Order: sequence, then C-alpha cells, then structure tokens
Amino acid sequence: MATSSTPPFTASEQSLSSTPPTIDIRGIVRRHGAVTAVDRVSCQVRRGEFFSILGPSGAGKTSVLRMLAGFEDPDEGDLLIDGQSMLGVPPNRRPVNLVFQSYALFPHLTVFENVAFGLKMRRVSAALIAEQVRQALTMVKLLGKEARMPAQLSGGEQQRVALARALVNKPAVVLLDEPLAALDQQLRQAMQVELKSIQEQAGLTCVCVTHHQEEAMMMSDRIAVMHQGRLWQVGSPREVYERPCNLFVSRFLGVSNELAGTIGPSVGEDRLFQPTQAEQHPFTVRTVSTEQAGRSATLSLRPEHIRMAQERPSTSDPLLYGRIEKVLFTGSETKYLVRVGRDRLWETRMTSNTSLSSFAAGDPVFLHWSLADARLFFE
Amino acid sequence: MPSHDLSSPPAPGQSICRSCWLAAPGLLWMGLFFLAPLALVFAISFASRGTYGGIVWEFTAANYLDLWHPLYGKILGQSLWYASLTTAICFVLGFPLAYMIARSPARWQPVLLLLVMLPFWTNFLVRTYAWMIVLRQDGLLNGLLLALGIVDAPLELLYTPTAVVIGLVYGYLPFMVLPLYVAVERLDPLLVEAAWDLYASRWAIFTRVVVPLTMPGIVGGCVLVFIPSIGSFITPDLLGGARSMMIGNLIQHEYLVVRDWPLGSAVSFVLMAIVMAAVALYYRHAARTAGPTEKR
Repeated sequence: MATSSTPPFTASEQSLSSTPPTIDIRGIVRRHGAVTAVDRVSCQVRRGEFFSILGPSGAGKTSVLRMLAGFEDPDEGDLLIDGQSMLGVPPNRRPVNLVFQSYALFPHLTVFENVAFGLKMRRVSAALIAEQVRQALTMVKLLGKEARMPAQLSGGEQQRVALARALVNKPAVVLLDEPLAALDQQLRQAMQVELKSIQEQAGLTCVCVTHHQEEAMMMSDRIAVMHQGRLWQVGSPREVYERPCNLFVSRFLGVSNELAGTIGPSVGEDRLFQPTQAEQHPFTVRTVSTEQAGRSATLSLRPEHIRMAQERPSTSDPLLYGRIEKVLFTGSETKYLVRVGRDRLWETRMTSNTSLSSFAAGDPVFLHWSLADARLFFE
Repeated sequence: MPSHDLSSPPAPGQSICRSCWLAAPGLLWMGLFFLAPLALVFAISFASRGTYGGIVWEFTAANYLDLWHPLYGKILGQSLWYASLTTAICFVLGFPLAYMIARSPARWQPVLLLLVMLPFWTNFLVRTYAWMIVLRQDGLLNGLLLALGIVDAPLELLYTPTAVVIGLVYGYLPFMVLPLYVAVERLDPLLVEAAWDLYASRWAIFTRVVVPLTMPGIVGGCVLVFIPSIGSFITPDLLGGARSMMIGNLIQHEYLVVRDWPLGSAVSFVLMAIVMAAVALYYRHAARTAGPTEKR
C-alpha cells in the first residue's frame, strides 16, 4: 500500500487524485452552549489513509469524531463521506464504524456475537456472518476466543474485539477514539505497530483521535493538529514535526527549545538574530520572510539538532553559550538541561554510549546547530 | 482439626455466627409475626368449618379440592389476567419514564423520582376513592369526554374490569419505575451509541441492548407490580364491583362474610403458590438472560 504519496510542502487541502476524498470536511462548526468546540474545521481524508487528529484534551477533536460518526451534527458547514453529504444521516445509516475509547463491548454478548452485531443488524446471512467474523478475528488474532464474554478478556483482547467489531463491516472509514489510551505502556507500543499493520493489510481508511503525539506520528500517514477548536496544521508526521506552522504545534509535537529575540540586518542571504538575553551574542538565522529589522521573533530548535561542545567550535554555525544544569540518564539516551538564559532551559540529547565526552552538571558548554534546523516564529 | 490458631483468619462460619446476634431481633420478629401465623394459616387450611363458622380440627384436603370448582377457577384466572395486564401496562408506561429520568441531568433526577413517589404521601384508600369520583357515570372523566364531544353518552367505567386495571396500574406504577430507573441509570450510554453505530435501528437497540442489560430491573419491577396486583383487594373491591372479583376479595369474603376460615386459608395458600411460581419463573428467565453479566 502506498503510504508515502504525500509529497512535502503540498498543501494538504489540495486533492491529488481525481477520485473524491473518502472524507471531505467543509468548514464545520460545532457549539456547545457558548463554547465553540469546533471552529471552521476543513480537511480531507484520502482512501486508505491513516489520518490522526492530534490535540490536547478539550481541543474539540472528539467532537469532530462524533460528527463523523453521526452522534452530533455540525451547526455549520458540511461533511461528506464518499462524496455524499452526511448531514442529518443517523449513525446507523453511515458507512463508518467507531472504535470507542472504552471499547463499549456489549457485556451480555460473546466475542462472536459482539463482532457479528453489525452484520446481523444489516441482515447478512448466518453463513456469511460466520465466515466474515472468522476473518476479522483472524486479523486481530483472536481466533478461538469466540465464545468468551468480554469480561473474561484482558484489556488488550477487548481492544482487539472492539477493532474487529468495526472492521468486520468493511466500513468506508474506521473511526478510532483514543484507541490505545486504556492500555499500559508496553501493550500500547505493541498495539501501535499491530494496528498500523492491520490498517495497511486491510486497506482501511482510519481517522484516529489522540492526544498522544508519539502514537500519532508512528501510526499516521497524515496528522491534523487541533487546538481550541481549530485545525492549525495538516501534514505528514515529518512535516508537522520538522516544519510546525506555529509555536503551539512546535511545542505539542515534541520538545521545542526556544529563545526570544529580534530580527536584525541581513547577512548575505540570512539574517542576524539578536537574543533578548543580553549575555548571548547575536547569530545568524535563515528565514524566507522579509521581515523588517527590529521585529521580535522566537527561535525554536528540536533537541536532536543541537550539538554540544566544551570548546568553542570552529564552525560558522549559529552558537549559544550555556551551562549544564541537570543530567538525566534515561537509558539509551542522556538528556541535558542547559541554561541558556535567566529563564530559558534547553533540552539536548546524546546517545548514552558515546565516548566522545561526558558532560556533568555545572559544566559550561557551547550549543551549536545547522542554520537550516532552526525555526523562526513571529508573533 | 487444628486447635484455634489466633493467626489464622476466622472460618466463614464463625463470622456469620457473629452477625447472627445482630440479626436476631429481625429474625425473632419475622418468626413470631410472619412464620408462626403462616404455619397457623397452613394448618387451618386443612381443617374444616364448624356449623357456626368455627374451626373444627379434623384433617381434610376438602378445602383444596373445593377450589377446583369453576367459580373459583374463574376468579383465579381473572386475578392472573388483571395482574398480568397491570404488569404489562406498567412496563410500557414505566420504561420510557424510567429511561427519561435516568438520562435527565443529575440534579433533576432526585426531583423527578420524588414526583414519581409523591402519590404515596396520600393514603391508598383515599386515592382509590378519588378514582371512583373520576370514573363514575357523572364523574370527571365522563364530563371531560362529553364536553370534548368524544362520546355522546357517558361511558360505563366504574365497576368494570377496566376500572380495576386502571386502579392497579395507578397504584403500582412507581414500583415499576424505581427498579427500572436503577437499571437504566447503570446502563452505559456508550453501549447504546455503539449499537447505533453498528447499524441498529432504535427498536433493535431497545430489544438487543437495552432490554437484556436492564433485565434485572425489568424483572424486579414486574415482580414488584405483579405480586401486590394479584393479591390486591381494595382496588377490585371499590372499583370493580361484583363482576371483577379477585383472589383477595375471595379470601376476604371467605374469612369475614362466609366465615369459612379453612377455605379462606386454602385460597391464601393457592395464591401464595401462584405468586412464588411466578417469581421463580421470572428469576429463572432473568438468570438465563442476564447471567453472564452478573457473573463478572
């Protein structure tokens, strides 16, 4: 299955193929009383794509999912699935199935009956039900547990039943509401890989809602970052991680080491950046914008892009001076918290087994990075 | 058997016996005022009536054999029918009500439940008399129907089986609503959404998910309505007239009018047997339907 069909820098709203997108969300608005839970959200999901809506709790992502499932209707805008408007269409007439966060398995039905429920409601013949349930249970590796009751299953097994119960219906879209949130860390990581492989194997179109950025990045073809009811950025995991459109996205998708300052005069193709912190010297930044000198901006760097040195490096890289405040050994990696200003603590990382040099708390260090790795955000 | 070891936990029997003492007053009460009279009535049901209404202690099964008379059979069948109909109507009326209360905002629920129980604040007899005023020929209901032009002549409502069932439904509806409310309140609304998402129509959601999962409440409500209905005596007495006699009226009649205590006792025991059979049936059904959920 082609999952890498998303070229970088392509505006996500542009439809690349001639076939209509599986999901087409057009400016939907959803209000709960005075609160606008979903504010003019538009995006498209392609066939066979694993699409995640990522955001902190209260971002409105669950509302979007509930509108796709049909439990809520948007107050404004339109919502199309396979080219058909879903406005006013009740959940039982929509070609989507939802995997609930709490699984919502029917406690009075066996695993088989749970998975067969949707087919039975659509009056599929018993023989066909038996075969399709078997296929679905094979896919989630639960064959042989048909007769169990949900209460007799482990959390991971219940999760698989919930998944099988949705995908057995071969819906146009499988909706996943924090699908792995109830699992413990180890099981969760195993299921991330498995869920992704099931999705690819069955060619499912998935819309997944999660607040877990690592999970979203691992499983998704594209991620939509949502905050305060709005979609801030839609793109491949790499795109949103490496080229976040604003500071919120940058902070939400990983560690964002930031420094406030002002834009200075041009230095060749680049610009000079004057940190607000008086003890730091100006350095060059690369920015495509033609901002006026004197405009304030915030610089952001991912930890893995920062190199540390005890001696002043002889490169022409941008450079900051700092002092190591804490050394955090996490196993394969060691994290360093480096003070680069009165109220600025940066996080850097080094592979633990490096023999190059070891830094200790209190050591002065030079932090440097490639010009292209730093991101600049204007207020 | 090892001797008493202080470090070992007390055997189950021991702890039960300790709470025995706390239960003693209740057990004593039940023994004195429930079991003993019941045994007495059971004994009387095998005695025979004296010429002037006394009890002659001669063992006989004649009282039970007398009950095979078609007249008693009719009263019995009538009682079963009224009680079943009352239970069914209470369920149909009570379920939506219980569902609505259980799904209303949490701060409204106690108020709504209080409203359901409000009739209990007035004496049952008084409320039944009120129904007589409502249902009689020149009563409120007929007045309303005539005024609205729905009927041309007043309906004969009072002293009919309809009046009895109306009275029973009115009296016992809260007993249906309360257990149903508890059951619906415990039903996870997400399960309803899950069924809806899985192509179930509203009716299918109700029959496949809501009913099975609220079965304990349904059984509880039905038992609580059926038992007092089948044994009721004030309602058929006041609203039903002679044609709508129920077992309760028969018992009262045998004891107080005919003064045939042995026959009255026999009828009482037959009623008890019916009630117990009905309850056993309900519970067996409930155990089958809701068994796996309960075993959790």
